[in-house]
Amino acid sequence: MSDTTLVDTIICAASAAWRHDGEVLATGIGMVPRLAASLAKLTCNPDLMLTDSEAWLVAEPVPVGPRGEYRIRRETHMGFARIFDNVWGGKRHAMVGPTQVDRYGQANISMIGADHRKPKTQMLGVRGFPGNSMNHANSFFVPNHGTKVFVEGEVDMVASAGYNPARLARGWGFDDIDIRLLLTNLCVMDFGVPVLAGAFVQPARGRDCGAGSAGNGIPGARAR
Amino acid sequence: MNKLITASDVVAQLRDGMTIGIGGWGPRRKPMTFIREILRSPLRDLTVVSYGGADVGMLCAAGKIRKLVFAFVSLDFIPLEPYFRRARQSGSIEVMEIDEGLLMLGLKAAAMRTPFIPTRVGLGTDVLRHSPAIKLVDSPYDDRQWVAMPALPLDVALLHVDRADARGVCQVKGPDLYMDDLYARAAARTYVTADELVEAEAFGQGDEARYVFWERAQTTGVVHAPCGAHPTSCAPLYGFDVKHLKEYAASAKEPGGWAQYCERYVACGEEEYLRRVGGEAVVRKLPLPVF
Repeated sequence: MSDTTLVDTIICAASAAWRHDGEVLATGIGMVPRLAASLAKLTCNPDLMLTDSEAWLVAEPVPVGPRGEYRIRRETHMGFARIFDNVWGGKRHAMVGPTQVDRYGQANISMIGADHRKPKTQMLGVRGFPGNSMNHANSFFVPNHGTKVFVEGEVDMVASAGYNPARLARGWGFDDIDIRLLLTNLCVMDFGVPVLAGAFVQPARGRDCGAGSAGNGIPGARAR
Repeated sequence: MNKLITASDVVAQLRDGMTIGIGGWGPRRKPMTFIREILRSPLRDLTVVSYGGADVGMLCAAGKIRKLVFAFVSLDFIPLEPYFRRARQSGSIEVMEIDEGLLMLGLKAAAMRTPFIPTRVGLGTDVLRHSPAIKLVDSPYDDRQWVAMPALPLDVALLHVDRADARGVCQVKGPDLYMDDLYARAAARTYVTADELVEAEAFGQGDEARYVFWERAQTTGVVHAPCGAHPTSCAPLYGFDVKHLKEYAASAKEPGGWAQYCERYVACGEEEYLRRVGGEAVVRKLPLPVF
């Protein structure tokens, strides 16, 4: 399978993540998730809401890169403060690209290393991951499936909460966390979310990516 | 009422150890004239609260920061801020690393003069583990524990706006205010740099007043600083200076790179800075970012 074909296949598979979401804000961070969200809007879920990655909610997907004569079709203002209003209301499904993911679905974009006071590698910081993970559905895209991303134990900095009973505060349960798809260059996995059962066909057919058999380190996740 | 002041007089009023909030977001509408003025000053041991970009990077490079309250530090098209990374990886700054929304709630709580705002944001994450100052509280209304995001009161907020008048009426016409209104309200004193100074009557025209997001009572002082956000953007007046930010980021790879950057762009003063980056006419033609 050529790289181009693989990327196209992943984008198609990823777009299905939003199929049953109804009228929510679809946010794809990074090129593949962004194109997947755009594709979902144009195919399986026209009710989705998208932004221009800047400050507006738009009626149709915004082309990537320089736009020439194209003018975005604005629906409403969507500055950062407004994004948080939306996040905290729960009507959003984000697809993001974490640097580390663990067996609980906990994810990290902040830093690598054992000592938070002095990271081995400082990355972005937790950004909006904590809020996203406790408020709305989230999917992950990992372009380089391997043990560097899918770590043993827990991720170095839990930026995005997962299905880890040890970290639940009193009164909170797994129902308060909604991790949907975990897409990689090898396969698509999930954490057994019933609403997605049979949503689409595994794209990387013929590759062995079953949980536990590809060294992905996430026994909680299952291959689709 | 005349709140006009110079950037150097503003910075002369700041003290070592103060908590300073910096408006804008990443590479967007940062009060860079103030930042460069701080770089020229002996100020140190600052606690900085920021949706960070080159503002935080430069203050890290110059060793001005004791503690940073942040959710990210990034130049966006250059995702990883080099001087911030260096400061973190050498363990030279203390941090309170929180969610973007938590930072907003902390400012909001300070603006509302409440000690905290309850939220679910942060539950289940290492944000709580690494910042034990953020407590969980029982709810009087349900059986759950909630994150009590503490207020983030600021001694001073530093902001950049499109235009202002001498009374401190400030206007932002870019598509995103970011959290600048909350910074202004969370701070004991708020100083703004303004690309353009206008007469008070300007806000009475058409719908100009719709782009004023806090009351002048929240503004302590106004500095006239054309292109004062450069090299960050001030949409719709100018975009961010990709070439300059690349040069800045590349300086971190050279031995003595920061000293050279400072020598060329900071030590020279603001008037000469603007000349060295091409002048006002060139900056105002910098294209707005497209994604």
